[in-house]
Order: sequence, then structure tokens, then C-alpha cells
Amino acid sequence: MEIAIMIVVVLTGICAFFGLVLALADRKFAMEVNPLIKEVEDVLPKGQCGACGFAGCAKYAEAVVERDDVPPNLCVPGKAAVAAKVAELTGKKAAATEPHYAHLKCRGTQTAAVAAMNYQGVPDCAAAKLIQGGPKACKFGCIGFGNCVRACPFGALSMGEDGLPVVDKDICTGCGKCVSTCPQHIMELVTFTAPVEVNCSSHDKGPAARKKCTNACLGCGMCMRNCSHEPKAIKLEKFLAVVDQKICADCQNPTCLTKCPTGAINALTGLKPQEKTA
Amino acid sequence: MAEYFTLFISAVLINNFVLTKFLGLCIFFGISKNLSASVGMGMAVTSVMTMSSILAWLLYFFILEPFHLTFLTTITFVVLTASFVQLLELVIKKQAPALYNMWGIYLLLIATNCIVLAVPLLNVENSYSLLKSIVFAIGSGLGFALAIILMASLREKLAYANVPKPLQGIGVAFLLAGMLSLAFLGFSGMKI
Repeated sequence: MEIAIMIVVVLTGICAFFGLVLALADRKFAMEVNPLIKEVEDVLPKGQCGACGFAGCAKYAEAVVERDDVPPNLCVPGKAAVAAKVAELTGKKAAATEPHYAHLKCRGTQTAAVAAMNYQGVPDCAAAKLIQGGPKACKFGCIGFGNCVRACPFGALSMGEDGLPVVDKDICTGCGKCVSTCPQHIMELVTFTAPVEVNCSSHDKGPAARKKCTNACLGCGMCMRNCSHEPKAIKLEKFLAVVDQKICADCQNPTCLTKCPTGAINALTGLKPQEKTA
Repeated sequence: MAEYFTLFISAVLINNFVLTKFLGLCIFFGISKNLSASVGMGMAVTSVMTMSSILAWLLYFFILEPFHLTFLTTITFVVLTASFVQLLELVIKKQAPALYNMWGIYLLLIATNCIVLAVPLLNVENSYSLLKSIVFAIGSGLGFALAIILMASLREKLAYANVPKPLQGIGVAFLLAGMLSLAFLGFSGMKI
């Protein structure tokens, strides 16, 4: 009986002691957490993609509530709806964010692009790039081991049959994870209004580029000369046509698409060139 | 001195808690996916274990033994380690935010970890002195850190290997742990 009493006394004593210590510590080391942070965090999409520049949604919620210089529209996947809610909660002004999606600037499919070697190593783009710049003859294009597919936190990318990643525009949130992951830097974020894009990243001279890939941009400048805008929305940079999407955005008649010898320039929104009236 | 050294080496290598005694396997598999996280976990376990075995030693030899309540050892140690981890979390959250950012998420996982409970229990079971308990706890902690860092480095490499589909993820990690354990079996022949 005495032992039973001792057990009760000692156990209660020890537990009460620790409980008391914890309670005191909780009081003494209390951290004031702004309840608004939790509310903001609940609004964010929890992809933890880091597109806002913070280490995850919780960190961004904390920063946007506590710091005045952090704008409420940094959440790219959340788009305008989340930006508006965050702005409302934090009392900041939300500037409109234009939605983006990831786009691959390469059409070097397995059939179009010439292989330079039979690569048997680790199936990883960054690893393959270390060996003479990749297994394809073209050193600028997609290596095709799908680092971007693995990097996508939303599952918007998949590897297509032709060895190039395919972006599902409906799922893609434009967080830019694939853009920063791609060792070739050939993923880019484009707005949904961008009408045309040159789907090639090769800076090789025309004949060399054509030898390496039948879909390459040769840098001939046909698209530039046929551009209906003034000043021209397309420029040549090191044998590659580059589209200025800012000028292009409201284009109604993409005449640049008509004359490309390799079909490297493509319509993104399905816009077709109209018959020339004059 | 030699005695302490023997105790230390045997805790790190010969009686490695993870690979020969199979304790603490939950965090061993849970946190060994990347190297930096496993280093943080190893450090957190070592420090928590050292401090909680000091407390446990004091509790045992100043309260439990004088009152002949040694059969309560396990349950009181459970309470002790769990509340100590909570306390430590509160303190470092306030006092050392940098450390908290590094350890924060791992600390609470330790609260229910079997290694952290096993070390104080073994200390009192073998009636180690306070200094010996500390050496044993540090050794065990470093042994755990060694095991989890080895495992994490292997699993990081494994990310690039072509693992058969049914084995991907935790399956191949089990196989790896088995092989690591076999390797550590070699230390059991060591005489020091």
C-alpha cells in the first residue's frame, strides 16, 4: 500500500513538475505570432514552389504580413484571385498580375534533331550536359531527360512521345520552377496573350543549325522582314530570331508565320495570318 | 581515460544504435533523403540525448533510487524526454532563432524517438557514473549521426540510379540499410 502511494506521489510530482516548467517556459518564452499570418497562409495555394522568392508559403505569408516592402501579388501560382485576397487581408494594394505559363523554346524532337552520341549515362539533363554539352548535335536544345518534369510541383509537365516535355497550360501556374531547373535555359514564361514564339534556341549559323536539326531557326530573318509591326517585333540575335512579346501582344495578323523555311516560328494562341489585302 | 575512450568508440561503431541495435529507425528512414537535413537531425539528436541523459541520471540517482522506485524508470524517462524536448524547442525558438530554423522541425520528431529513451535507460541499467553517461550519450548520438549521414549520402546518389520500379523509394532504402548494417557488423570483431 505504501508503495502504491509512493508511486502516485512520485509520478504525479514528476509530471506536475515538468508540466509546471513547460507552462512557465511557455509564458516566459512566448512568441507573439500575428494571427493574420495564419489567415494569409490559408489563402495561399501551398504548392511550396518558392516562386515568390521565399522558402515556402508560410515564409511568404509571414513576410507579406510583417514587412511593408513585400507586395501581396508575389504568389505566381495563385494568380490574381489569391493576390486580391492577400491584398485584402494585409490591407495592401494588389497590382494586376498577368498570368504566365511555361513554354519550351525547342522543337528538337527525336526525329528532327540529330544525335551526336549514344548517351548511356544517368538519365538527368544536367548530368548529360556535362558530357560535351549533351547527347544531341545541337548544344542549345532540349536534352530530353525531363528535369523540368520532375521539378514541376504541380504536375503540369509530362514527357511527350517525341522526347520533348509537354506543358499542360491549364495546370501550369507559371511558377518558373522548370525555367530555373533547365540546364539549357530553354524554358521561358510567356503570357497567355503572346501570339507567336520562335521555338528554337540555337545560336548556330544557318547551315550548321539546319544540319543538326530540321526544325532549327536558321537566322535568315524572313520572319523579321514579314513582321507587320513598325518598329519590328522580331530581331536577330546571333543567328536566332527573337520575338519581343511586348510589341507582339496585340498582333492581329502574324504575317511573320508565313515565310519561315523550317517552321521554327509558331503561333501560340492559334492566331492565323490573314490574306494580305494590299 | 582508456575506459571512456572504449565506451565512446563502442557507442559510435561497435554498438551503433541504428545499425546494430536497430533503434531510431523511424527517423533514420524518414529524414535520410537529403544530406543537409540528416546533418541537422544528427546534431539535434546528439545534443538532446546528451542533455536528457544528464537529467535522467539525476532523476534516477536522486529520486527513483533513494525511494526504491526503480521500476518506474521507463515511464518517468518517457515523461522526462518528451517534456525536455518540448522545453528545448520553446527555449531555442526564442533564444536562438537561427538554430531553431535549422532544427525546428526535427526537434519535435525526437520527442518520441526510441534512441533518446534507450540511452538514459542503458545508462542507469549499467550504473554508469554521470561523466560516463555523458560520454556514452555523445557517442551514441554521433553514432546515430554517422549512420544517418551515411544513409543520406547513399540515398542522394541513389536518386540518379536506375532502380527497378517495385523497389523505388523506401524499398531500396531498406536494402541499403541492411547492407550498411552488415558492414557495421564488421566492427563487432573489434577488440578495444
